[in-house]
Amino acid sequence: MTGSRTVYGSRGRPVLAGLRYRGRQGMWAWLLHRTTGLGILLFLLLHIFDIFLLGFGPDVFNQLLFIYSAWWARLLEVFLLFGVLFHALNGLRLIIQDFWPGLWRYERQMILAEAAVFVPVFLWGAYIFLLPLFD
Amino acid sequence: MSNQAIQAFGRRRGRPPSSNFELYSWFFMRISGVVLLGLAVFHLFWMHAVIGVEEIDFNVVAQRWTNPLWRLYDLFLLAFALTHGMNGLRIIVDDYVHKAGWATAVKAALFVIYAAFLGMGAYIIVTFTPVASTPAAAL
Repeated sequence: MTGSRTVYGSRGRPVLAGLRYRGRQGMWAWLLHRTTGLGILLFLLLHIFDIFLLGFGPDVFNQLLFIYSAWWARLLEVFLLFGVLFHALNGLRLIIQDFWPGLWRYERQMILAEAAVFVPVFLWGAYIFLLPLFD
Repeated sequence: MSNQAIQAFGRRRGRPPSSNFELYSWFFMRISGVVLLGLAVFHLFWMHAVIGVEEIDFNVVAQRWTNPLWRLYDLFLLAFALTHGMNGLRIIVDDYVHKAGWATAVKAALFVIYAAFLGMGAYIIVTFTPVASTPAAAL
């Protein structure tokens, strides 16, 4: 580092060193698994609530649906698709590794395979999700 | 549970399970994960690609729930997804809340939220009966 000031974290290590932790693919997969899991759970709670409103009759329920027909809701749903698809595929990799431990050494390859499935399915799904916007 | 499961737990978490509950919770996440891979992804696909979100309103859901198998499907999806999600959150709490008292309090709150939403969801799926919704076209 050429800078004269170094920012220290609570354990006396430079914060920037922490940010430079190189966990590679496994670290990013872990981080994404967590954040997508939290995001999906948040949506699930909202979704249970809106379905619960069915009990108040068609007027109340249909009025609430503006949330889902807005254009920005479509974008959020693409995020949801991203989250569900990634969480599902990455979770499947974790399960396969857990039950066939010999595959741990191929973690990098497995994550690449995961990406190879994820990208085309996500693009196709996002296309379907966004299609109504162009009607 | 089997030795194999205990070893697999250890490889994943870097430590042995501290209780039987923790081991069963770990195992449940794997089983429900595979179940949800089918249930949740298919639900998403069905609602967007087959029905279309912009078509969904009260009558569409009422129509769908005339078939008890769809109610059963939704009930399973609700139970598995909510339990998997809230249990995941409970595991995250262990990572970030280190004071034992606080951790217990947060987990108790999570359990209340879990029970409330499971109850709300199950209640509407099981008891829903469309009451005298007059389609505009019939008037």
